[in-house]
Amino acid sequence: MALSGANLQLDSFEELAIPLFDQLYNFAHWLTQNREEAEDLVQETYVKALKGFSSFQLGTNFRAWIYRILRNTFLTSRKGLKVTMTVPFDFDEDEEGPEPAIERDTPETLMLARSSQESLQQAIDELPVHFREILLLCEVEEMSYQEISDTLAVPIGTVMSRLSRARRTLRSQLQSHLQREAGPQIARGTNHGL
Amino acid sequence: MVCESWKARLDTYLDREVPEQEMRTFDSHVRNCASCSADALSRVQLKRAIQVAGKRFTPSAEFRKRMQQSMLPKPRRSFHLGWMLAAAAAMVLVVGTLTSTYLRNRSGRDQAFSEIADLHVATLASSSPVDVISTDRHTVKPWFQGRIPFAFNLPELQNSEFSLLGGRMTYLEQTPGAHLIYDVRKHHISVFIFQERSLPARLSDNAPQPGQLSFNAETWSQGGLRYFVIGDASAADIEGLAKLFKAAS
Repeated sequence: MALSGANLQLDSFEELAIPLFDQLYNFAHWLTQNREEAEDLVQETYVKALKGFSSFQLGTNFRAWIYRILRNTFLTSRKGLKVTMTVPFDFDEDEEGPEPAIERDTPETLMLARSSQESLQQAIDELPVHFREILLLCEVEEMSYQEISDTLAVPIGTVMSRLSRARRTLRSQLQSHLQREAGPQIARGTNHGL
Repeated sequence: MVCESWKARLDTYLDREVPEQEMRTFDSHVRNCASCSADALSRVQLKRAIQVAGKRFTPSAEFRKRMQQSMLPKPRRSFHLGWMLAAAAAMVLVVGTLTSTYLRNRSGRDQAFSEIADLHVATLASSSPVDVISTDRHTVKPWFQGRIPFAFNLPELQNSEFSLLGGRMTYLEQTPGAHLIYDVRKHHISVFIFQERSLPARLSDNAPQPGQLSFNAETWSQGGLRYFVIGDASAADIEGLAKLFKAAS
């Protein structure tokens, strides 16, 4: 009985965890910015998740649970500690008001048309890790605010304000990239105020 | 500027995170407002571009294979083997019933040791096993300041065969602790230190019996801290390092 229970648990774990392998690796690589470290991080995440799976309540959000393990593991890694030392990771952002409206003629369409995928990836890469992770969870993993809140262990208000700041910072990064790539004629021709 | 209040919530709307009733009002406004409509379009384009650009990294075939071999699905057992396992399970159940009281007392401790063994192995297998690399205890000890909620002493290793390799932060059952790695005749030994009161269940001072764990291990509590020493070095070496720690604390 004990054995079949363990098998059932292993089966459930496999069923839930294996489909997330590629996504977890992608997220881990964005966090660590290094292939070997991403592999270590994913491996450690799976070991911890399997070990702690008995504490996971079936029917609750497994994706948020395993992403949270990955993120916490990252934060205790050498690179994660470096990040937390340089940036106050969970600083309170709720005081920030809502994102100001983008100016009418902000040329995001133009900006995107002119930006290559490479420069967008570079701009994401250059974001501080707390902006990078929330943007990826929202746009790439398509997590709801509630899932992001569960994953990052922050209130939904913080999710909203951090996401807003992440997007604003990304636009600004893209703007800089575009100006660097295209030279002064772009800045002269359009209003890029963000 | 009429639309400023709408635009301030445009991202939330595009993330489909405004309440349903408000969603309909938003839909209607965006459809009829050229400014908001253009703004929404450009933001959606950015969202889509991030979505594509964000799916950037894929695991290598080698890593995928390694993971499959180590922990991803094992080949399904044959029907015959399944029955053998079922019979074995029945035996386990009988024996388990007889020994359940004994096991209950030990399970918490054994689980902790099993976790400790996992942490030891996972760390040594990592490409960066330590976060502070130093043989000097006066460098390693201060590194933990502000990272863990307690202080501890490291032993003087002069005239001993042990050498300190470095340390890193670790977690046991979500409790932060210190993980130190020592070397003795090419064997690595891990020393884990946690606050006794933060650990979920009190542990006895008896390490698992030889054979229960593929490592030699020792544990004790001193000054409110719980120490674990574990490694594939001889039992005498594990005991020797434990003694140095006990003397230093």
